Amino acid sequence: MNQISSVQPAPAPVRILAERPEKMAARGVNIHYGDKHAIKDLSITIPDRAVSSFIGPSGCGKSTFLRALNRMNDTIPSCRMTGDITLDGRNINGRDVDPVQLRSHVGMVFQKPNPFPKSIFENVAYGPRIHGLTASTTDLEERVVESLKKAGLFEEVKDRLHQPGTGLSGGQQQRLCIARAIAVNPEVILMDEPCSALDPIATAKIEELIDELRQNYCIVIVTHSMQQAARVSQLTAFFHLGTLVEFGDTDKIFTAPRDPRTQDYITGRFG
Amino acid sequence: MTDHTYKAYDEDLGALKTLLARMGGLAEEQLARATDALSRRDGKLADQVIADDEKIDALEREVEEKAILTIAKRQPMARDLREIIVAIRIASDLERIGDLAKNTAKRTHAVSEALPRKLMTGLARMGRLAQDQLQAVLDAYAAGDAGRALAVWHADEELDALYTSIFRELLTYMMEDPRLIGMCTHLLFGAKNMERIGDHTTNIAENIHYLVHGSVLTGERPKKDTTSLTPV
Repeated sequence: MNQISSVQPAPAPVRILAERPEKMAARGVNIHYGDKHAIKDLSITIPDRAVSSFIGPSGCGKSTFLRALNRMNDTIPSCRMTGDITLDGRNINGRDVDPVQLRSHVGMVFQKPNPFPKSIFENVAYGPRIHGLTASTTDLEERVVESLKKAGLFEEVKDRLHQPGTGLSGGQQQRLCIARAIAVNPEVILMDEPCSALDPIATAKIEELIDELRQNYCIVIVTHSMQQAARVSQLTAFFHLGTLVEFGDTDKIFTAPRDPRTQDYITGRFG
Repeated sequence: MTDHTYKAYDEDLGALKTLLARMGGLAEEQLARATDALSRRDGKLADQVIADDEKIDALEREVEEKAILTIAKRQPMARDLREIIVAIRIASDLERIGDLAKNTAKRTHAVSEALPRKLMTGLARMGRLAQDQLQAVLDAYAAGDAGRALAVWHADEELDALYTSIFRELLTYMMEDPRLIGMCTHLLFGAKNMERIGDHTTNIAENIHYLVHGSVLTGERPKKDTTSLTPV
């Protein structure tokens, strides 16, 4: 794979990165949708084993950039990207990188829970099966149970593993989707507003889960809830009009942000 | 700064500032009257000061309730959050200043008319200086001016130095004439109250710095109060 050609130093919070190594990074990334310049010369370093949240008003480019992290934008014909995005220092857009393979390393959880119209068991077993990750049926069963346990769902569904995943409550479905993402042993989990369709209790459970998962994964979450970003993430990036305005320790961003635009946004002063 | 999208949020924060302005005004007045009562040995005025302290206490409770409610309703962030936290802290300092003024006023009754006038001058000067400092810091708060707050913070040195000299002066009087020990002790406590008011004023200055810059004012403040090191 291509080594990155360093364009410019990416903004990175020194304290957190001193403790945790870089997992993903972007250098001079530009993304266009047709004529729309959605991401403008963005550079960022995302550390491992921490939660980084992306916040910003609608249309600021945070979801576009999140999708670029596992090449979900590839499927949109009008979408063009320049610059480098790396995973463990390797360019994810290299010609030799298979996007399907990439997505098993960089999993994604969406806004609305989207279980397959299959049983709970099959939802989780699907990924390991297509990626050929398990040697036997017992192996596969173990992995399904383990993933459901990690997603904090196993106890609630252990007696009905073969019933449809779509029969679960919204919060349970979302945890099922997280179990499905975990089942293929990803290194990075991307979450695009994972709680916006959930009630406060289901939200609390997902947030608690995110906090546990960060021990083992690099997590990036896009959220419209500033309180959620403040609660679950160690790092926060503020996007505005396609640029990364500020990226730093969450504690700092929500008490004393450096940039007046961040200040205006998080205090609810954007017109 | 631009307004919040929620107009009522601006009103909540505005209401807090108004409450604090009232509290600050009252604290200044209490301090002025307490110093006046003690230096002129005006028992009636002292009693008024003692009774009026309740007003400051009530305002502090009001600030706290308003702040807690605003936090619960708005989940404030960044400067808004600092604005509210600082309001609670400043209210607490002003309440303590009120208590110290009340305590100073109380001593009026214990100090006899026969007390030599010269003994009062130092304390009266301290009272005026403490008032000036308090007024300056409240102005800095109203204007959100961290520079002016810092000037107050530095100027506390003068109040400390004055306290040290009054301490020595009163000790000398007590040694000269042991009959004055009781009264001089009251005056000493009065002077100590003024010195403590100065410290609360510098707390307020530190909070204004935090409010404006989002960082804590670090570094040792120059201390001129050496009385705790003075052997008697």
